[in-house]
Amino acid sequence: MSELAFWLVAAITVVSAGMVVFSGQLIYSAIALLFTLLGVAGLYIFLWADFMAGIQVMVYIGGILVLIIFGIMLTHKIESVKISQTNVQRKIGAFVVAVFLLFLASSLGSAPWFQMVTTEPSETVSTVGKLLMTKYLLPFEVASILLLGSLIGAAMLSRKEG
Amino acid sequence: MDQLVNYLYISAILFSLGLFGVITRRNGIAVLMGVELILNAANINFVAFSRFGGMNVSGHVFSLFVIVLAAAEAAVALAIIITIYNSMQTVNVDDASRLKH
Repeated sequence: MSELAFWLVAAITVVSAGMVVFSGQLIYSAIALLFTLLGVAGLYIFLWADFMAGIQVMVYIGGILVLIIFGIMLTHKIESVKISQTNVQRKIGAFVVAVFLLFLASSLGSAPWFQMVTTEPSETVSTVGKLLMTKYLLPFEVASILLLGSLIGAAMLSRKEG
Repeated sequence: MDQLVNYLYISAILFSLGLFGVITRRNGIAVLMGVELILNAANINFVAFSRFGGMNVSGHVFSLFVIVLAAAEAAVALAIIITIYNSMQTVNVDDASRLKH
């Protein structure tokens, strides 16, 4: 049963990711990206990463995707029905990516992956919190400074007189 | 669902699709969506190796940092795209190849 659910989530992720890059309408791409991000959150749940799944939904879907849709609305005239965009050099791009994917898949399939047997933890939030406050305290603070900088930079870039 | 290699395949497919989006799409926002797919593929790998490497939660912390970077990158990239649109009336990244206008 859960095996079936896993393949369903995987199929939703991959198919909607395909729609993100192949759809001719930009707004459809954004909606497909919603399902891709939800599918990745589902994969995190299968990987016992409950906190990461919550963060994925909150930050990616609640933040980044809404930002992207704002960007689409602000850079196109919404009254024009067709918010379309084209792919250029489709054939050569598809060829390069197909060769790359074949290379990746063959090397992934032939590698002897070692898997440790572990029991499922009841939750990961406390461990992540402890690691952030002890071992990864410096990267954590650097990330907060980076966020502040990007906030100020984005506000400065997008105001009326630059 | 208990095989590491399944997650690696899904992540490889996501990465390839994102790469295809980045190299063929010419709308700045669509390119940004491709980058988001690539970052998600990397995150799946981090969490999958953390799960099958003895539930080492350091991998989760790494993918948290990736998400933070993705948020910062999306904010700045969209601000740049909107500024380009206001000054050049286009979001095509090929047309916006000049630094001065």
